[in-house]
Amino acid sequence: MEVINLESTEDTPKIILDRNNGIFEISGRSLPEDSAEYYQPILDWLDEYSKNPNPETVFIFKLEYFNTASSKLILDILSKLETIENTTISWFYHEDDEDMEEAGSEFSDLVEVPFEFKTY
Amino acid sequence: MKYIYELHKTMVARNLILVYEGEFTQEITKSVLAMAERNMDAIGEDSAVKRKVFNVMVECLQNIVKHSDEVNDINYTDKNSAVFMIGKQDDKYIITSGNPITNDKVEMLQEKIEHINSLDKEGLKTYYKDKIKKSQGLSAKGGAGLGFIDMARKSGQKLQFDFEHINENISFFSLKTIIRRNNQ
Repeated sequence: MEVINLESTEDTPKIILDRNNGIFEISGRSLPEDSAEYYQPILDWLDEYSKNPNPETVFIFKLEYFNTASSKLILDILSKLETIENTTISWFYHEDDEDMEEAGSEFSDLVEVPFEFKTY
Repeated sequence: MKYIYELHKTMVARNLILVYEGEFTQEITKSVLAMAERNMDAIGEDSAVKRKVFNVMVECLQNIVKHSDEVNDINYTDKNSAVFMIGKQDDKYIITSGNPITNDKVEMLQEKIEHINSLDKEGLKTYYKDKIKKSQGLSAKGGAGLGFIDMARKSGQKLQFDFEHINENISFFSLKTIIRRNNQ
């Protein structure tokens, strides 16, 4: 499978999806103008990956900030991950960022995937 | 030339650290955000306050960008023009915006914000989760109406708003959100 490797910009996060190296990570800021369009390739990639996933998938979210339009898409991504066996979400938040911690805990209530919370 | 001094006096009196008037796009949004961020960094603002201000600004600015398309069809001279301001006082930041909207949106917006204002912290959390769950699978542009809820949550205060009737098609929608400094 192709590797997705998007560099971060002012309004979009860094995204790496690399099945061979077992790296699945979204980090930084997410406030694109059209979040649905921005995240579509990620959702498509996950659809493909879910057909024949690695024995274990650890998906890292290390977001500094995301807007409400992105939050919808994050939930879409989590819902895809929900269907992949042995998936764990590593939800990173800055140690003094209670809002990001709470956002992670809310997402964890909405999907049936185990979350691990970590500070950075 | 007196208006220059008048404008300056108003800005000083209201502690406005940033005012933008004109067309709103994603590029403008990014510039305004960068300026406000630099301003807060320069005074060493608390990072939690900074994040909340940033958050409310993004939702506010992207709302204007999103809604400016709808007004575009209507014959109104200042249709593309909106205003965005940040005021900074000892105990709070005040984020305000004003933009033209079509009159058919007034009632819906009013009900939406009044409903949000009727909810407490837990109520807002439940409402947010409920909305985001329902938005799943929908390909709506934007945040599925999550923006105002998020602004109210980050602010911890009631959203203040007003509608000024302009003509039979258009009203001017003003919105004010407060972020407390000094840890609420």
